[in-house]
Amino acid sequence: MPATKPNALRSPPASELARIPGAEPSAKLDAWWWLLVGVIALVLALVVVRPDPFLRIVIYVRDGIAVTVLTTVVAFVLTLVLGLVGGLGRLSKNPVIFGLASLYVELIRGIPLMVQLIWWYFAFPSVLQQVGQSFNLTFLERYRANPIAMAIIGLTICYAAYMSEIYRAGIQSIPRGQMEAARSLGMTYAQSMRHIVLPQAVRVILPPVGNEFIALLKDSSLVSVVAVADLTRRGREFMSTTFIPIETWSMVALLYLILTLFSARMVAMIERRTKIEG
Amino acid sequence: MQPIIQIRDVHKHFGRDIHALRGVSLDVNKGEVVVIIGPSGSGKSTLLRCINRLEEYDQGTIIVDGIPLDTAANINAVRAEVGMVFQQFNLFAHLSVLENIQLAQRVVRRRASAEARKVALDLLAKVGIPEKADAYPGQISGGQQQRVAIARALAMNPKIMLFDEPTSALDPEMIKEVLDVMLALAHEGMTMVVVSHEMGFARAAAHRAIFMDEGMIVEESTPEKLFSTPAHERTKLFLSKVLL
Repeated sequence: MPATKPNALRSPPASELARIPGAEPSAKLDAWWWLLVGVIALVLALVVVRPDPFLRIVIYVRDGIAVTVLTTVVAFVLTLVLGLVGGLGRLSKNPVIFGLASLYVELIRGIPLMVQLIWWYFAFPSVLQQVGQSFNLTFLERYRANPIAMAIIGLTICYAAYMSEIYRAGIQSIPRGQMEAARSLGMTYAQSMRHIVLPQAVRVILPPVGNEFIALLKDSSLVSVVAVADLTRRGREFMSTTFIPIETWSMVALLYLILTLFSARMVAMIERRTKIEG
Repeated sequence: MQPIIQIRDVHKHFGRDIHALRGVSLDVNKGEVVVIIGPSGSGKSTLLRCINRLEEYDQGTIIVDGIPLDTAANINAVRAEVGMVFQQFNLFAHLSVLENIQLAQRVVRRRASAEARKVALDLLAKVGIPEKADAYPGQISGGQQQRVAIARALAMNPKIMLFDEPTSALDPEMIKEVLDVMLALAHEGMTMVVVSHEMGFARAAAHRAIFMDEGMIVEESTPEKLFSTPAHERTKLFLSKVLL
């Protein structure tokens, strides 16, 4: 009997996480897109109507936008990986692994992000240099901090602690029977996680993970204090030569808004497209 | 011939207070169908779940098809040979019916996609719902989900099938379609251990019926004898509540 005759339920391969049948077509844009369009229109209008100073500001800070986006995206990808490790650690039955993961989460969440960023930029390289001196490792002794690298490390370590808890909650929200069914078929713990639990948990945690991305984008402005020439720092540099705070900081704020509003729409879109049928 | 399942003096505690299994011993022969009944909390599901080590036990030994359930490798080996069907179906919610049946074949048995697909389609036809191959679990009825769950377990070519109250979560009109699949399986000579109060199924298919209470096997005999002339008071009392 032809069991696979095409019908209304015919689906694309499951490997394409983002293409579950029955999910709303993404073409439908919700009303919040108009807010983004409005902000972009406002920026364009300002730039066209008053190129001086607004076009000058945009041109001046544009490499800062690139640095902000780059720092955020790289730190976020690393956060997803480290957060998963932390989250699995928090679920481990092994008391040592559980203890280490919990200690990490509790410590990091108790220290302000700004202090962490400053520590990674100013203190960590000194630690490396002193270790180098003690053990005669010249490459460590001569280590000089790379501001962007240190900023990405600082953001990642901090955000991964929060992400661990999101992963943990997401994994725990999947009914235990899913894992049991997978194990009863002979799959290992890792196989069951990878094929059964995580694909479902990812859909559950998408909204909080999206929030984390946007929060990270905004908090990335803190890296301006550790010598990273991001959007915020470029704004400050522009202002220190021109002394026009209202125009400068309003434009910087609008540029951040474009980035965050756009991210929020992307998250909502991914959410819609990965909904599970039934 | 050596029994395919050998359970020796198995004890299981939940926390401090609950002694769920109190020294259970049981042999199941190849091709035998055993039905376990008993009140809620009697340990029957726990015992079943110990056979593929979904539940760890504190004391005693279980040997399945000559493999003792001790190391992680042995446990996975046993699980690949022992199919399990759950009360709540536990189909993988994010995968289609076909993918549900194919996944473990590919990941555990390392079968090629085409072969896994063929096995899955054949089994879907066998359980009577080939037209649901591309549906998702949330789109089909409970009875259909449970039949897919049986097909998913059978796709691994198990030597033993465990059923944990397979019809308890079903609407009445869907029970028969699941029992029919189980009956067919029993008639093919599958070794089955079934926790269920479906007396009709037990009478039609089971070689042995076991009554459990308070973590122990109280009595066992043929289904006919156990249901009509139970030897123990506790069995009588339980049956008087279950049978109308």
